[in-house]
Amino acid sequence: MTRLLAWIAFLFGALYFALPLIGMTEFSLKMRRGVYSLDAYVKVFADPRFQETFSFSVMMALATIAFGVLLVVPTAYWVRLKMPGARPWIEFVTLLPLVIPAIVIVFGYIRLYNTSSFLPLTGSTTGTNILLMFGYATLALPYMYRSVDTGLRTIDVATLTEAAQSLGAGWVTILSRVILPNVLIAVLSGAFLTFAIVIGEFTMAALLDRPAFGPYMQLLGANRAYEPAALAVIAFGITWACMALIQLLARFAPKPAKPVKE
Amino acid sequence: MSVQSAMPMAGSGKPNFRLPLNWLGLLPFIVFALLFLVLPTVHIVVGAFQDRDGAFTLQNLLDLRNGTIPASYWISVKISVASAALGCLIGFGMAAAVTLGDLPRWMKSPQLTFSGVASNFAGVPLAFAFLATYGPVGVVAVIMRQSFDIVLSRDLGFNILSFWGLTSVYLFFQIPLMILIITPALDGLKREWREAAEVLGATGVQYWRMVALPILFPSLLGTFALLFANAFGAVATAMAFTGSSLNIVPIQLFAQIRGDVLGNPNLGYAMAFGMIVVTGIANGVYIWLRTRSERWLK
Repeated sequence: MTRLLAWIAFLFGALYFALPLIGMTEFSLKMRRGVYSLDAYVKVFADPRFQETFSFSVMMALATIAFGVLLVVPTAYWVRLKMPGARPWIEFVTLLPLVIPAIVIVFGYIRLYNTSSFLPLTGSTTGTNILLMFGYATLALPYMYRSVDTGLRTIDVATLTEAAQSLGAGWVTILSRVILPNVLIAVLSGAFLTFAIVIGEFTMAALLDRPAFGPYMQLLGANRAYEPAALAVIAFGITWACMALIQLLARFAPKPAKPVKE
Repeated sequence: MSVQSAMPMAGSGKPNFRLPLNWLGLLPFIVFALLFLVLPTVHIVVGAFQDRDGAFTLQNLLDLRNGTIPASYWISVKISVASAALGCLIGFGMAAAVTLGDLPRWMKSPQLTFSGVASNFAGVPLAFAFLATYGPVGVVAVIMRQSFDIVLSRDLGFNILSFWGLTSVYLFFQIPLMILIITPALDGLKREWREAAEVLGATGVQYWRMVALPILFPSLLGTFALLFANAFGAVATAMAFTGSSLNIVPIQLFAQIRGDVLGNPNLGYAMAFGMIVVTGIANGVYIWLRTRSERWLK
């Protein structure tokens, strides 16, 4: 009896999740009257604005990932190695972007880094791009930090550091050639999640007035009928690919280190 | 952890005192967090208590009572509560059905994978997907009209650009988020607890009411708080979905940042401050409850 109810509930749930996905796919194929065609996709891919905004967002995502790795890996490593007492505080800070809505953070950026401020980032295109990248790094911080910290838990940070130091390695060598390769899978998981977040982000890019993929999709949605559905299918595909890569990487992740028994 | 000290000792009689310089390693992170997370937020909060000339005032907060602002906070809170509550309930049901064995266990891994994807499939594309499906010319509407001669909006009073419409769109990422968070908690329910309860003569309902739910309660309520904040801060989904036909807080704040539609920049600060207060309360509850529930799930 419960089993039957469970199946009914499950089918209802599956329908709820499947319908919009089927709906958008079907709709995106209907551009030519009467037959299914890929016209909407052809239109989207041929649009120079699509190419510009999409490559802008890809560049942004890559820059955010590079910056995020440079910021988070040394910090998480240092906290584990030298300052375990600071861990709850750092974790609290990394969770703040879940508390403070992105629209509030970017509102603060606009007012704090305007042309008459101590750091006039919004004054130039490059500056605004950098500001947007920092904003994305903030959004990705909770996921990136958690991912890297989990990765560090599986290795013996202290022993690896001492071993490298006794062989004469400096901090840069330790981080780049000992620690990073050991947490690479965790870093990559965080990176793909960051990519999935950045590629379709709307609020920050729109308010900082950068030509990113999110605002482009929004604009197309207001003006066209079939292309938005095609964009939704593409965006879903990207999200799916990112998550699939994370799952794939998880299979290669090392198991948590067990203390060696003598 | 003892790294060999290269520093010469100041005097042999004194204890080996080293300047506490370890925190310098955290400096880049501290600077980043200050500049791009803390200071912008503080700037908003301070601005909420200032007038145009920078003098202290409570007028901005009092002005939040005017015009459409209270209504937009109210509808935002309602949508967030509804989507968080339903997300928790349905997500819990789906996670429990697969984890506790009413459905085959092989479904667990695909369900978690799909949840990972769906919880990240938010924003503009999600709105497009729902419009293409349930909108006036969407697939469902067309099928209903052609096969059953039912026009959704006319015959069933169905309007996707409404409170429940937006709530059901939000559920598309709320339910999966709930599944992702609650599945580990359900896995943490030890089989021995159920067996112990059964040995003592408890029925299934009693086990849930007196053992499982009290243990899960902090995670459930905590996840509710997280889902609430998640819906409350969402801008892109609502904007691409309804345009400005539903006047929720983030959309109004977006318009205010773009073009000062309220005619008072500091009132914008006050609106943003109000958002921080609402999500701050929700997440404060979450963090507090999570530390409590983790004590049980060791």
